[in-house]
Amino acid sequence: MMGFLRRAAALPLIMLGVSVAVFVAIHALPGDPARLLAGQQAPEAVVAALRHRLGLDLPLPAQYGRFLLHALHGDFGLSLRNGVPVATLVLGRLPYSLALGGLAYMLALLVGIPGGIVAAARAGSWADHLLTGLTLIGASLAGFWVALLGMEVFAVRLHWLPLMGAGGWRHYVMPACVLALLPAALILRMTRAGLVTVLRQDYIRTARAKGLSPRRVMLRHALPNALAPIIAVSALNIGSLISGAVVTETVFDWPGVARLLVDSVRYRDYPVIQGITLLSVLGVLLATLAADAAIALLDPRQRRMS
Amino acid sequence: MRWRLWRRAGASSLPFRLGAALCGGALVLALVGPALLGGDPSAQDLYHVLQPPSWRHPCGTDAFGRDILVRLVYGLRLTLMEIAVSLTVAAGIGVPIGLFAGFAPRWVDGAVMTISDVLFAFPGLVLALLVVSLLGPGLFHALLAIAAFSVPVYIRLGRTLAAGMRHLLWVEALTVLGAGRTRVLLRHVLPNAATPLLVQATLSGGTVVLAAASLSFLGLGAQPPLPEWGTMMSDGRNALGAAFWPCLFPGLSIAVTVIGLNCLGDGLRERFGAPGEDRRAGSGGEV
Repeated sequence: MMGFLRRAAALPLIMLGVSVAVFVAIHALPGDPARLLAGQQAPEAVVAALRHRLGLDLPLPAQYGRFLLHALHGDFGLSLRNGVPVATLVLGRLPYSLALGGLAYMLALLVGIPGGIVAAARAGSWADHLLTGLTLIGASLAGFWVALLGMEVFAVRLHWLPLMGAGGWRHYVMPACVLALLPAALILRMTRAGLVTVLRQDYIRTARAKGLSPRRVMLRHALPNALAPIIAVSALNIGSLISGAVVTETVFDWPGVARLLVDSVRYRDYPVIQGITLLSVLGVLLATLAADAAIALLDPRQRRMS
Repeated sequence: MRWRLWRRAGASSLPFRLGAALCGGALVLALVGPALLGGDPSAQDLYHVLQPPSWRHPCGTDAFGRDILVRLVYGLRLTLMEIAVSLTVAAGIGVPIGLFAGFAPRWVDGAVMTISDVLFAFPGLVLALLVVSLLGPGLFHALLAIAAFSVPVYIRLGRTLAAGMRHLLWVEALTVLGAGRTRVLLRHVLPNAATPLLVQATLSGGTVVLAAASLSFLGLGAQPPLPEWGTMMSDGRNALGAAFWPCLFPGLSIAVTVIGLNCLGDGLRERFGAPGEDRRAGSGGEV
């Protein structure tokens, strides 16, 4: 529990460090955001007024303080591309990303955990080798390549699924499968590794010796003890899920946050880049923290000791 | 690294052999392939665009009539270069910082690890996109971006190795003999870190290939005339429906390369233990 509290306390500090790093990196750039926002033809007086209004004439630490104060109130500035507040832009896209990411993640768990259980229960068998081999391949494929092949087969040739964009449930099938590929492979490997370690322990032999069915030994005795690392790696997967979303949302023209990030990088729309970067880091940190909490709740040893 | 160790590692498992064969094959192909095939990766033939695979063009031609196989082989050189550059930059920055942090007073160590935690909190591609947006698109900038998100891995690795050796008798003996901290770290600790570094580099290699191809596919890495695999797929995407081979073969090349690197990395890790982990302590299975 102490460890969890310490990490919870460290979260705002790390978030602060991340925000300083992103802020300084973006503001170290040459170029005048006020000029960009006002347009090339705007008179100097307008640009100066805008600069003053945005606080760009303040020293850098003061600018950072201002940025932080605004950010804590949910104000991440205006997009350089169309002048819309960053928060509005991102919030409009967020439901699409959360729906796709959540679905992909469920899919990864539904494939990864049972797959890992099967592989661990029959460690060394052909089923184990097959599953382990598949995870190796799954973790080695470029998501956008799988996406392109899927589009060619299922959309262009068979007309079973829509090519791209968001809409009904059919639009979710391909992006969710592509996005789930890497997390599913990682979760399967982690589940298998965790279970194999647990299954070697003495209490499992005892459980088997007293005549429990293999299913009961696996589900009631082995799995709960192997859950902690599975949850931990699941949380770490949020980062790779976001990385995967960058590519997947772009290929499928999905109107999510990651797609917005890629577009903003193309246009060098720094306020949007800054906002999305901070949001994704916050997401990763919160997921890690949630995993720590879950582990602390599940594992009695963690509850008492530091 | 001694040859004998390699032989023993080679005896270990099938995936390891597969990985070693694929990686070795890739190296040889990158060296002699262009000379063997003899084609020009940028030679256009507008009378033969989007030709399906045939004897003349085993992987077909792309929308400019360029031979895809020839481009793939040149792309392999680019890919190996990508791995070399980004891992050299990442390890070159991360390992020394980590090594010195491992030997440094507690507060310096804590500060370095906090910085590494901050970098670790970024999802890889998001940090890469941030760096590319700051530096501008281009292959070299993309490689720096990939190095940026690989750095914390090497900081941690260097630190774990140094902290583990700090109180070994021979290290303390060196200090007593008057060797400075820099000398101990670079001349004595670093050579002992060669094996874990190699394992880590192999394991990161696959990530680098995938990330570089992703950035190039998004149009933020290598730019079109270059036969980079991600760029080739980005080009081939427009021909989908009429021709699938401009997309199929570059992605297949990526898959084979990354599978090779991952197999080799897993095999090395099985043999030598996870990088930055004390093997004698007994690791709890693979991660």
